[in-house]
Amino acid sequence: MNKVISIALLIAAAALLSGCPKKHNVNEPPVAGTQVPESSSGGAGEGASTSTRPLDADAANAARGLGEGTGLLARKVIYFDFDKSEIKPEFADIIATASRNLTSNPNLKVKLEGNTDNRGTREYNIGLGERRAQAVRRALMLQGVAETQITTVSFGAERPAVEGDDENAWSKNRRVEVVYLP
Amino acid sequence: MNRHFSCLALIACVGLGSFARASFVVEVTRGQTEAIPIAIVPFSTPAEAAATFDVAQLVSDDLARSGRFKTMDRQDMIDQPHTAANIAFDDWRRLNNDYMVVGSVQPQGADHFTITYELYNVLTRQRLLGYQITANRPGLRSASHQVADMVFEKILGIRGAFSTRIAYISVLGHLPLRTFQLIVADADGENPRVVMQSNEPLMSPAWSPDGQTLAYVSFEDRLPTVYVQTLKTGERHRVSAHAGVNQAPAWSPDGKKLALTLSTRDGNLDVYVMDLATQLLSRITDDPGIDTEPQWSKDGQSLYFTSDRAGGPQIYKTGIKPGDKPRRLTFQGSYNARPRVSPDESQLAFVTQEDGAYRIATMDLRGRGDVQVLTKGHFDVSPSYAPNGAVILYATRDKGRGVLALVSADGRVQQLLVSSEGELQEPAWAPF
Repeated sequence: MNKVISIALLIAAAALLSGCPKKHNVNEPPVAGTQVPESSSGGAGEGASTSTRPLDADAANAARGLGEGTGLLARKVIYFDFDKSEIKPEFADIIATASRNLTSNPNLKVKLEGNTDNRGTREYNIGLGERRAQAVRRALMLQGVAETQITTVSFGAERPAVEGDDENAWSKNRRVEVVYLP
Repeated sequence: MNRHFSCLALIACVGLGSFARASFVVEVTRGQTEAIPIAIVPFSTPAEAAATFDVAQLVSDDLARSGRFKTMDRQDMIDQPHTAANIAFDDWRRLNNDYMVVGSVQPQGADHFTITYELYNVLTRQRLLGYQITANRPGLRSASHQVADMVFEKILGIRGAFSTRIAYISVLGHLPLRTFQLIVADADGENPRVVMQSNEPLMSPAWSPDGQTLAYVSFEDRLPTVYVQTLKTGERHRVSAHAGVNQAPAWSPDGKKLALTLSTRDGNLDVYVMDLATQLLSRITDDPGIDTEPQWSKDGQSLYFTSDRAGGPQIYKTGIKPGDKPRRLTFQGSYNARPRVSPDESQLAFVTQEDGAYRIATMDLRGRGDVQVLTKGHFDVSPSYAPNGAVILYATRDKGRGVLALVSADGRVQQLLVSSEGELQEPAWAPF
């Protein structure tokens, strides 16, 4: 049989792009969110440009005069063994110093950022990173830090300190960063 | 009031207008001996149209990438017929072709083309398909995918997925300043479009069942937030920004609910279901361990999820009604996580640990629960089924770089999709 069936094609690409002229430089896509209006019902920061980075730990600490290079306060990273969330004895002094600092400055707030290495599944790693942050939180609270002074966030494997696929990189990425909030 | 559902409008033109450059080069890492030999003969094409697009090449590439077909090299073709009358079937049979496709591309006016093609069984000389497709110039690519879909389905009896799309995360640059892009591309990696970009991590893209909307996690405020973004308009809603963890969104089959992972103040992760219309949350799991990575059953009555309540991560299934108790599904090995349900729910794909390596495995859901490890890499994660269930797209690492790869659902064919830039992560295959 010789019947030829005609199919009219809907051109998805044309439809998708109809409202969006290709006016941007291909090599430098603009940061999404920069043109997003701040929503009146939204919380602070909701419409914030994604290219604006909060102060990093060092800058924030320096800004608060919390020491940036010397003393125990400068050591703000607690490292963990693979698949573990127990705080090793060698990091007890960091916990002790942070606790003293927080208990003597009740207005001071700290964010504990939990991280993992890049092995395993990403979402489960979020759980492991949170578990590490919680271990540090509990340790601080045991030494008298008020619950309201501490927040936690887990980045899982998404914010490594070091790039790489070996134990050298992994050991530096399994960590909790103690970030004093400005 | 509704602060979690406030609308962020119009990222559309920013996002959809920007094009990423990555397209994939396919390296077949494990082939299939029983691949079906087929010849896609170059279509007769007026010079003008030829400069525009090589339809036969794309059809050939699609079929080869499926792993189910062995396509004939053009330089091995003795002849280039375009109609049945000119096919010397005995010659093509001697060259070991089971099937062949011939056709033409004819201009229709200034900017339109008619693709005519026919699929023949070389052994029986029977015509299996004969179609004409009209397309404008930018539509030639999708029309060609459609030809590949029809050939694939006619020969294998499985719906082709060459016309579908994928989403994935691409990370550009190096520490300390990296750019995260959420990209939507054709299933072959072409036409990549940046739909969201941030200097903070983006995670876990998940397609709505109608393929119109993506849910994802963004750390743009340095806290995890679940957003839902309509692709065509760029309209974006913040659906979950609770204190603590907001992760792993998964659409219910009816598109009305989102399963996701939230945490209590003391960091206990559990799976919840959110009604998207009312924002109401129901807690599904309640265990001190990590419960996360939820996925819906086809009937929308149950969730598969990862939990380490028994020590290491294992996969469980629970009904979503109050009182439903989770049932453990995986027992082999100490690490089984991130379940994905095949489109017909005959199979579960997940990440398993084997000899210290992370690999993609499947579990038979209809029989005895047999487990098969499909891949041989060290960092194979984030499996995602093609909507026809034939192949699984996943993320792996190649020479220190994040890349995407494909493995057939039976494990026999495996391919690396090497992109020209970026660390590629978390692929999610769109529905039909």
